Amino acid sequence: MAEERKFGWGPRQDNVLIGKSIQRIDGFEKVSGRAKYTADMNTPGTLYAKLLTCTHAHARLKKLDVEPAKKIPGVRAVYVFPAGDLKPEGSGEIFWDGTLIAAVAADRPEIAEDGVKAIIAEYEVLEHIVDEEDLAAAEAAKATKAVGKNAKGKVEDALKTAKHVHKGYYGVNTISHMCLEPHGTHCEWKADEVLDVHASTQNVSGLAGQFAGPLGIDAAKVLVTANFEGGGFGSKFAADEWGIAAAKMAKETGKPVKLMLDRATELKAAGTRPSGYIDVTLGADETGKIIAWDSHHWGSGGISGGAIPVGGVPYVFDFENRNRSATQLNCNVGPTRAWRAPPHPQLCILTHCAIDDLAAKIGKDSYDVFLHNLEQTAGTAPHLPATYKAEMEIAAKLIGWKEKWHPHGKDAGKGAIKRGLGMALHTWGGGAGGCACNVKIHADGSVESFVGSQDIGTGTRTIIAITLAETFGLPLAGIKVNLGSNKYPASAASGGSITVGGVSGAHRRAAQTALWKIFDLVAEKYKVDAGTLAAKGGSIVSGEKKICTWKQAAMLLGPMGLETKGEGPAEDGLTSSRVGGVQMADVSVDSETGIVRVNKFVAVQDCGLILDELTAKSQIYGGVIMGIAYALSEERVMDKKTGRYINADLQNYKLPRIGDIGEIIVDIYQPDSEYNRGVIGLGEPPVISPGAAISNAVANALGVRVPVVPLTPQRVLAALSKKGGAA
Amino acid sequence: MKNFEFASPQTESEAVGLLQDHGGRTAVLAGGTDLVGLLQADLVAPERVVDVRQIQSMQGVRRDADGLWVGVLTTLDEVMASPLLKPYLSLVQVADAHHAIQIQSSGTLGGDLCHLPNCWYYRNGYGLLAMQDGESLVQTGDNRYHAILGNSGPAKFVNASRFAPALIAWGAKVRIIGPAPDQVEVVPLEYFYVSPKSANQGNTILKPGQLISHIWLPAVEPTHVSATYEVLQLEGLDWPLASASVTLDVEGGVVRAARVVLGHVAPTPWVSLEAASILRNQMVSEDLANAAGAAAVSKATPLSNNEYKVQIAKTAVKRAVLKAVGQLEGGL
Repeated sequence: MAEERKFGWGPRQDNVLIGKSIQRIDGFEKVSGRAKYTADMNTPGTLYAKLLTCTHAHARLKKLDVEPAKKIPGVRAVYVFPAGDLKPEGSGEIFWDGTLIAAVAADRPEIAEDGVKAIIAEYEVLEHIVDEEDLAAAEAAKATKAVGKNAKGKVEDALKTAKHVHKGYYGVNTISHMCLEPHGTHCEWKADEVLDVHASTQNVSGLAGQFAGPLGIDAAKVLVTANFEGGGFGSKFAADEWGIAAAKMAKETGKPVKLMLDRATELKAAGTRPSGYIDVTLGADETGKIIAWDSHHWGSGGISGGAIPVGGVPYVFDFENRNRSATQLNCNVGPTRAWRAPPHPQLCILTHCAIDDLAAKIGKDSYDVFLHNLEQTAGTAPHLPATYKAEMEIAAKLIGWKEKWHPHGKDAGKGAIKRGLGMALHTWGGGAGGCACNVKIHADGSVESFVGSQDIGTGTRTIIAITLAETFGLPLAGIKVNLGSNKYPASAASGGSITVGGVSGAHRRAAQTALWKIFDLVAEKYKVDAGTLAAKGGSIVSGEKKICTWKQAAMLLGPMGLETKGEGPAEDGLTSSRVGGVQMADVSVDSETGIVRVNKFVAVQDCGLILDELTAKSQIYGGVIMGIAYALSEERVMDKKTGRYINADLQNYKLPRIGDIGEIIVDIYQPDSEYNRGVIGLGEPPVISPGAAISNAVANALGVRVPVVPLTPQRVLAALSKKGGAA
Repeated sequence: MKNFEFASPQTESEAVGLLQDHGGRTAVLAGGTDLVGLLQADLVAPERVVDVRQIQSMQGVRRDADGLWVGVLTTLDEVMASPLLKPYLSLVQVADAHHAIQIQSSGTLGGDLCHLPNCWYYRNGYGLLAMQDGESLVQTGDNRYHAILGNSGPAKFVNASRFAPALIAWGAKVRIIGPAPDQVEVVPLEYFYVSPKSANQGNTILKPGQLISHIWLPAVEPTHVSATYEVLQLEGLDWPLASASVTLDVEGGVVRAARVVLGHVAPTPWVSLEAASILRNQMVSEDLANAAGAAAVSKATPLSNNEYKVQIAKTAVKRAVLKAVGQLEGGL
C-alpha cells in the first residue's frame, strides 16, 4: 500500500504531453466538415424557421396579424414572441430595433421568409434615444440613472498637492457578439415526450431547466447536445426565447424545427458589449506615482441596464485617494451580454489611456510610469506587481521598446506616416469552475471519459485527453473524450475562463483515483510496492523496471473495468486563479488619411500551468485579433435619425482580416513558480489590453489622443484636426 | 428572396430578348457578388434573372484599330492577367486592391460598373434616395460614408464602382445593348451614371431591358501614365472611403493632359476639371500634387458627419498623381 496519496501534477520535467504543443484531437473533423454543428443539423422532416423583428427603436405594436402567414402553402407554424403578444393590458411597447416579434416555421427556408413577409404588423412610432455617448442629451431626455458612487481618501487635497494633474476624456463604443456560428437550436420531440435539443451553447449542463420551465415538462425529459460550437464568447448561456420558440413550434407541428438567427438579428438581439465613456482627473507626485483619481463614467447596456458598473475603475490599479461614480444611459438599443472578459476591455481603455496621457504630461516614458506604479496593483492580488514587472521586461525586449520609444508626437520620421508604441496590462480570475466527470477504464485498457461540459472552440476535448493520457502514460489516441451532452456528469457553463481548470482538475482527480486502484492491483499481483509504481509509455513501471503493460494492468480490473468519478474545484493545488498579462503595440498611423495599422503586437501572458502550449497560444492570438478588431474598426453604429442598428451586416460591421492584424508575438510567461500554481483559465485575459495598448500607441505616434475606440480614420482625423491639422 | 425564373442565354440578342418580358422586371446576373445579396435582402425582386455568363462575345479583351474592346464579363483576375490591359495600370491596381480572392475570381467589370450603392439606408430598405416622410435620412442621419460632392440634390449616396474612376480617367466608353433587338449605343462612361432626382430613377442611364456588353478603352500612348489610389480602412472586402484615379500625358516631365476622377465621394464618379487644370503644363511635384488634391475638393460640401472624407479625398488625389509618375512614398 502506498504512502499518503495526494492529487497533484507531476514534476514538470517528467511530462510527456502536458505543456507541449499538441494539435486539437478534433481538428481533422473540424477542417474536413465531418464535425456537425447545430447549424448542420437536418434530421428528416426538419422545418426551417425565420424571424420577424421590429425595425423601430421605440414603438407601440398596435396590430399583429399572423393569419396571412399561416395561409401560405408550406408554412407549418407561426409563433408569436412575448413582445408581439398584445393580450396583456398595456403590452406592445417595443424598446429596440431587432426585437423579436414572430417566428415562422416552414418546409423550406424561403417559404418561411414568405411567411414572415406576409405577417401584418402595425406600429405607432415613439421617440427614441440611441446616442450612448451624449450624456447631456440623455439627461435632458430623463434617460439616465446613477448606478453608484464611492470614494476613499482625500481626492481634492491630493489633487492640490499633486505635482502633475491630467484631465482626460476617453471612451469605447458598443460592439456586438459576432460568433462564426449564430445562436440557435434544432429541436425535435422524441418518444415519451422527450425534447431533443441541439444547441449552440456554452451551457450544456444548465440548459435543460431553461427549456423545461417554459414548456411545462420535467427537466429530466430534455436532452441537450452540443458536440461542436462556432464560438460563444459569453453570449450563449441561455435557452433564449428563440430556443423556446423552436421547441414549441416543433411540438405544434410534430416535426423537428431548426431556428438559427440570421446575421442581422444575431448582431442586434444576441448580445452586445456595453459602451463606456469617462471624464477623469489624475494626479501624480514628483516621482510619477499616481496619488489621486477622480472619475465619472457612463454608457449604455440597453434599455434594461447592464452598463459598466462603478467599481471597475481604476482598472488593475487602485490609488490612495480615489473618487468614482457611474451613470447608466437607458438607450433604445439591443441588450448586453457578457462579452469575453466583461467589462475589462472597456475598463482597461478608460484607465490605461488616462495613465498614458498622464505620463506624457509628466514628460516620462509611459513604460516607466506604469512600472513605477505597479505596487498599486497589489490590491488586486499581492503577486501581481512582480508578475507585471517580469512580463513588462519581456514584452519590452520583444517589441524593442527602449530602442523605438519616443515622446508622444516626436516620431523623427518624415512624411505622413507616424509610428508609435503603447502598452497596457490586465488581470483576470480564471479559477476552476464546477465540474463532475466519469473516467472509465475498460478491461481491454481503452479509456473514455464523460463530462457534461462543452468545447466552445477552445480545445476542451484536447486538454481532457492530454490530462488523461499524461496521467495513464498512454498516447492521446488511447483516450476517448465524451462531452457536449447533459446526460453526462454536470459541468459548469463555459464562461469566465473557468473551463480548463474545471475539467482538467476533475479529470486528473478521477484519473489519479483510478490509477491508484490499478497500482494496488498490480502491486498485489506482481509483488511490488505500489508506492514505487508509475504509468509511463503504455506500461506500469517501478523505477526503471517494467512491471506489466497497461493492458495487462487493466485486465486486473475484471470484465467490468473501472469507473471513477472526478469532481472539482478543490483546494488541492491542481488549479488556481488570478493572472496578469502585459501587451504592447507598435503601430503606424497615416496622418493624412487617419488609417492605423498594427505593425507588431506583443502579448506576454501568465496562466499557471500550461496543458497545451499550442491551444494556449491560439487563445492568445484569438484574443489579440478580437482586440485589434474593436480597437480599430469594429463598432455598432446606431443611427440617431432612425434609431436603427444601421450596420448590422458583414459589410459595414467592419472586422479585420489577416492582412489587417500585423505580426503578433505571443510569449507565455511560465517560470516554475507559475507551473507550480496549477491550471488557470486563459480565454479572457488576452482580449483585454489591445484597445488601450493600441490607443496609447496611436497617441504616441501622433502626439494627440484619439479619445474614443475604435480608432477609425474619421476619429483619427478629427483628433488631428483639433490639434491643428495633419502631423 | 422571391422566387424567379432563371434564364441562361448564349448570345447578346437572346439576352436582350429575355430581359424584355415581365414589363422589364428582370435582372442581369454576372458574377453575382452584388445581385445575390440584393435578392436575399429583397432590395431587388425580379421576375426573371438572366445569367449572361455563357455569352462568349461578352468575354475577353480584343484590340481594334483605336483601342480595346473589353467584355463586361472580364473578371478581376482576368484584368490582372491580361497582357492587353497591362498598360492601363490604374485599372490593374484597382483589381489588385480588392484583396479578396472570392471577388477577384467571380466578380466582373460589368458587375462593378453596375454595383448598386452601399449606402446603409438603401441597403436597409429606404430606397436609393433614403427618403422618409419627405425628408432625407442621410441629411440628418449617419452620413459618415456619404457624398461630399454633388450632394445638393436628393441623392447623397456614393457611387459604388471601384473601376469607374480609372476607366473614366482613361476616356472609356460603354456599349449598351437593347431594349430593341440589335439596338446598340456606345456612350462615354462619364455619362453612364446619373444622380437620381426622384425615387423611380436609377443611378445609371440603363433603361429596363438594357445591359452593358463591352467597355471600350482608347489605345495607350507611350507618354500616358496612370494610377489609382484608394483609401481603404481594411485590407480587403471593404469599400474605399474615397479614391482617385488619374491618367496623365507626360512629355519631358511636363503634364500635357490630365484626367482626374474621384470615386466614393459623390452619387456619380466625380471628374475633377479643377484638379486637371492645376496639373496641366506643369512638372509633377509633391506641391503640385497637393494643389491638385486641394483643387479637387475645393467645392466639397460635406454633410453633418463626413467632413473627414474631404481630407481623405484630397489625399487620394495627391497620392494618385504622385503614384502615376512614380513619386509616391509611404502611405498606409
